[in-house]
Amino acid sequence: MSFELETAKSPETLRRVAIDPVSRVEGHGKVTILLDADNKVHQVRLHIVEFRGFEKFIQGRPYWEVPVMVQRLCGICPVSHHLAASKALDMILGVRQLTPTAEKIRRLMHAGQILQSHALHFFHLSSPDLLFGFGSDVAARNIVGVVAAHPEIAKKGVLLRKYGQEVIRMTAGKRVHGTGSVPGGVNKSLSADERAELLKDAYQMVAWSRDAVALIRVLFEQNLAEYNAFGRFRSAGMCLVRADGAMDLYHGGLRAKDIDGKTLFDHFDYGRYWDVIAEDVKPWSYMKFPFFKALGADDGSYRVGPLSRVTLCDNIPTPLADKAREEFLAFDGGSAAGATLGYHWARMIEMLHAAETIKDLLHDDDITGSDLMASGERQERGVGVIEAPRGTLIHHYRVDGNDQVIRANLIVSTTHNNQAMNTAVREVAKQYLDGREVTEGLLNHIEIAIRAFDPCLSCATHALGQMPLEVAIVDAGGTVIDSATRDHRGLTHHIP
Amino acid sequence: MTTDLTFQLDGEDIAFTPGQTIMQAAKAAGVYIPHLCWHPDFPAHGSCKLCTVKANGRFGSGCTMEAQAGMVVENRTAELDDKRRTLLQMFFVEGNHFCPSCEKSGDCTLQATAYELKMMSPHFDMFYPDRPVDASHPDVLLDFNRCIMCSLCVTASRDVDKKNVFAMGGRGILGRRIHINSESGKLADTDFALTDRAAGICPVGVILPKRKGFAVPIGERRYDKAPINEQVKEPLKEATP
Repeated sequence: MSFELETAKSPETLRRVAIDPVSRVEGHGKVTILLDADNKVHQVRLHIVEFRGFEKFIQGRPYWEVPVMVQRLCGICPVSHHLAASKALDMILGVRQLTPTAEKIRRLMHAGQILQSHALHFFHLSSPDLLFGFGSDVAARNIVGVVAAHPEIAKKGVLLRKYGQEVIRMTAGKRVHGTGSVPGGVNKSLSADERAELLKDAYQMVAWSRDAVALIRVLFEQNLAEYNAFGRFRSAGMCLVRADGAMDLYHGGLRAKDIDGKTLFDHFDYGRYWDVIAEDVKPWSYMKFPFFKALGADDGSYRVGPLSRVTLCDNIPTPLADKAREEFLAFDGGSAAGATLGYHWARMIEMLHAAETIKDLLHDDDITGSDLMASGERQERGVGVIEAPRGTLIHHYRVDGNDQVIRANLIVSTTHNNQAMNTAVREVAKQYLDGREVTEGLLNHIEIAIRAFDPCLSCATHALGQMPLEVAIVDAGGTVIDSATRDHRGLTHHIP
Repeated sequence: MTTDLTFQLDGEDIAFTPGQTIMQAAKAAGVYIPHLCWHPDFPAHGSCKLCTVKANGRFGSGCTMEAQAGMVVENRTAELDDKRRTLLQMFFVEGNHFCPSCEKSGDCTLQATAYELKMMSPHFDMFYPDRPVDASHPDVLLDFNRCIMCSLCVTASRDVDKKNVFAMGGRGILGRRIHINSESGKLADTDFALTDRAAGICPVGVILPKRKGFAVPIGERRYDKAPINEQVKEPLKEATP
């Protein structure tokens, strides 16, 4: 099946505009837009052009290497892969319950990851669009511009991220690509000095996270009509929830609701995720298209990530974030909770939740305990699922009797959002590009829709990429009539 | 036996006893000469050439050349370290050394030596050799991707364990490798045990106790604590069963 604007009837008669690569996202992707002579949009596709092959080259490696190796998928949220793989390998080792210290150290590490990744995305990658305007001067529409115009906001963003990185360093051994989580537990807990060091700034991080929630609310209030309508579409959603229905980003059962809010499955054991989720393949993208089996490939696409988590959970188990959630859901009759840009608001609520979680865990003596490892009866197959900053992350391995991985399947957060991102950019193309002369500012609207999802295209294809932008306008005869590049500083250069 | 015999190593007087090599005397004095294949408990192999020094103006392996009274030996000169870096780069490209996911990272002599000699890149094209992983043994994993052909496992298994589990065979850079002395060629079909001396002797990440990887946190691994040139007098760390 082809979705609206996915495939044009006569592409050879249309001119093609490409955003390649999309900027201020993690990884390398491009958007192609096919327009007719009247600039009417006929086809929009978000292509993921990387190919990595982790699932293949992990085969044959010893299982205990997996949590350290697979986190190299990403430099933004490696902890998520580190922990999802560890959880899958806990199952392989037959470990059903970690020691209290191990679980709390992993939860602390994960909260540090959520905090730093959400801060990075909101302040460094998206705030330039939100603070300066979607079509604002491209030369200033970046984090350096934010530093110049709003130094206090930029400072909080940088320091929030730094704090999250420190939490990761103390729990995993390094800020990026540590080794703290091992199959069956962790290899370290916090020392008294480390705990005291983190506690010093814990309350400040909660306060700054509250400021961030307040900031995105003000931006919504100031731009209500535009934010509500921007790339808006109805979607099914999925996330993990705790046994009592509360938000739990580390562990739980799968909850999914369809486009009308009807429950498709709830508290579903993720160890058999393949009973409810399948993946479709399209010839124009390296990224697969997951869908709910119950609804089929045509109607079964869904969203994951902050917006799904905040709207699908029954509550958030930390008080300030829970109150922020209630305000978000009530805002303008619930309009923000269905908006594509609502992702930003939900993301900041989660950042607040992460800051509160860190503060609470730092007051729990278990984090300095010495009982780090658990054991169990060996299994052949293990599935680990975690709510990564960008959404539900699934790691699935089979390990043979010689301790070697014989099969690996990873469904990463951004992959779940593939169809949703494509739908969002098509909605924006219809809203803003249809019938108009294409400009850099208009093309940025497309990228803003993609950024709302905070995609990690590297993870999604299991690659690293530079992010300059090249746009070529080609006439119906295939001749390039104009082209321009945007460099890594966001400056546009016309190609003569 | 006299004990007041000395030679000069980078301008410093080093005492030695007759029959001692430059390497042995330097180690006893706590002076680091970069090396990979030499181990104090075994006869010198002289194959890695990293311990090449200049003695009285002539190049020679520090691990095989006997110290002589009055000898003037150059060790950590820019010229020699530059050559050592090149040798290291060749070691790195001849195997598949992926430190980011290697459980020996932080405990690896090859990695620590590369840090010590400030090797910043592999420089040469990678060979990407096709080397097997032998996971057949219940307690020990062999990952030959990381082998530097020091042959310490061959020596330890033959001379200490009396088992002859390992042998060097094949020809050429890509053909020469460690073989397992069993009909199947698999470690599981030998009498190799985790308690063997050879099980703990590997300076890189080839012979590994199974299911122990990454148990030691970052910060507590051997070379997290001090660089390799400051650990000359300490016994080489060997894997414990």
